[in-house]
Amino acid sequence: MTVYKFIETSVDQRIGLIELNRPKQLNSLNREMVREILEAMQSFDRNDEVRVILLAGRGKAFSSGADIDEMAGADSMSLELLNQFADWDQIPLIKKPVIGAVHGFVFGGGFELALCCDILLAANGTEFSFPEVSLGVMPGAGGTQRLTKLVGRTKAIEWLWTGERIKAEELLKHRVINRIVSAEVLHEEALRFAEKLAGMPPLALRMIKDSVNKAVDYSLYEGMQYERKNFYLLFSSEDQKEGMQAFVEKRKPIYQGK
Amino acid sequence: MFETIQYELEDGIAWITLNRPDKLNAFVAQMNREVKEALRKASKDDNARCIVIKGAGRAFCSGQDLSEVDENMDHGQVLRDHYGPMVLEIKKSEKPIIAAVNGVAAGAGFSLALACDFRLMSEKASYINAFIHVGLIPDSGNLYYLSQLVGTAKAAEISILGEKVTAMQALDLGLATKVIPQEDFDAEIAAFAKRIAMLPTKAIGLIKRGLNEAQTLPFETFLQREAEGQRIAGLTADHREGVEAFKSKRTPEFIGK
Repeated sequence: MTVYKFIETSVDQRIGLIELNRPKQLNSLNREMVREILEAMQSFDRNDEVRVILLAGRGKAFSSGADIDEMAGADSMSLELLNQFADWDQIPLIKKPVIGAVHGFVFGGGFELALCCDILLAANGTEFSFPEVSLGVMPGAGGTQRLTKLVGRTKAIEWLWTGERIKAEELLKHRVINRIVSAEVLHEEALRFAEKLAGMPPLALRMIKDSVNKAVDYSLYEGMQYERKNFYLLFSSEDQKEGMQAFVEKRKPIYQGK
Repeated sequence: MFETIQYELEDGIAWITLNRPDKLNAFVAQMNREVKEALRKASKDDNARCIVIKGAGRAFCSGQDLSEVDENMDHGQVLRDHYGPMVLEIKKSEKPIIAAVNGVAAGAGFSLALACDFRLMSEKASYINAFIHVGLIPDSGNLYYLSQLVGTAKAAEISILGEKVTAMQALDLGLATKVIPQEDFDAEIAAFAKRIAMLPTKAIGLIKRGLNEAQTLPFETFLQREAEGQRIAGLTADHREGVEAFKSKRTPEFIGK
């Protein structure tokens, strides 16, 4: 397995685990680290042993945001030429389910990374925020877009303008996260959720993710057409035959992801 | 390090003593801050298994020091900056917190006692929700806790009439865990704190969490969190010790972990 500098990865029970591992810097995200996260996700996406990807942070925080030192001296043209967000843009293209298990602080780029996950579990007491405004800038990796699509303009603009800390309960209420769990058992509960998904038919999960993502950008009509094609597509899978056969025979299906 | 309070950690008990006896331990901004810092310190300290808040001298705490109040004061800002963060620190703490109400607890002093998990009162002690007498409303979480503890009707009486609540009345209302004769007060507080400090501290924290969640979560979500809590408790050394001690018919020795 690839050795990474800023993250740790492992595969167990069909779950590919990615842990941000710069705990002294509260997992602040530098460019190389984002590249590593993307590469680990892509490698899990191609790995037949992995059915679900679990993203978490080691230490006191999931992530305190982007590495400011790295950006402080930048100018517009250097940023354009660097095109660092090209890596970010590929994270949502991962086809397998990505579960985020976040705790402590989820700030700035860390929040944006969390928003790239399909399912988000937060430890009790987790605080989120987009503090970019206090540095005279704004989110650049989807913060203004993904958050607004999720919660609507009203709260998004308030949170992005004030940079205030948002409690997990508040984000649960606004449907940004799926569940709050006790901090001590965050990893255990996230694994449990991941195991549940790992037992589901992978191709169906994949097509569902693909279709749901389209719902964000497509008109209803186009989205419905897209959904239908994916629905038909699944009837070419062995899992569809197995699932329906098992239903008829009143037994538990075993899905191969084929 | 602290000037308006004293902080001592002894045998697993963190003692926070409000220490402005000549002012009946009235709050000034510095005392709000120091109480908050002391609570945070104790809450983080693995060796602290119980926190006791008491007053030096004859009062527990007489509330806001009125000599600090002038016509330019923004009362809302004072709460946001000083009192709110202090009582929030109590709310966040997963250690058992005892108010040792040695004398009068008035105004925000009453609020402070209400925010704690236990209220042990001297027979000479009393509460008074004095805010109404100066045309203000009970603050620092007072009405939140008071209405939970005694119900809305009684909370309205205590807050609007602003009459003294004696220790015996407080006991009847559920605002005191016990009432202690003055001469035994210090010894009984020490004994009670010691008893609490020997309990399974992690489980106490989880019980406090559960009680908070019982007020905010829908039942099914609550049951989910309860299962998580029991899972956490089930992994503690104190749980194993408790089961072992039960089997071998001896008194358990809990370490708080």
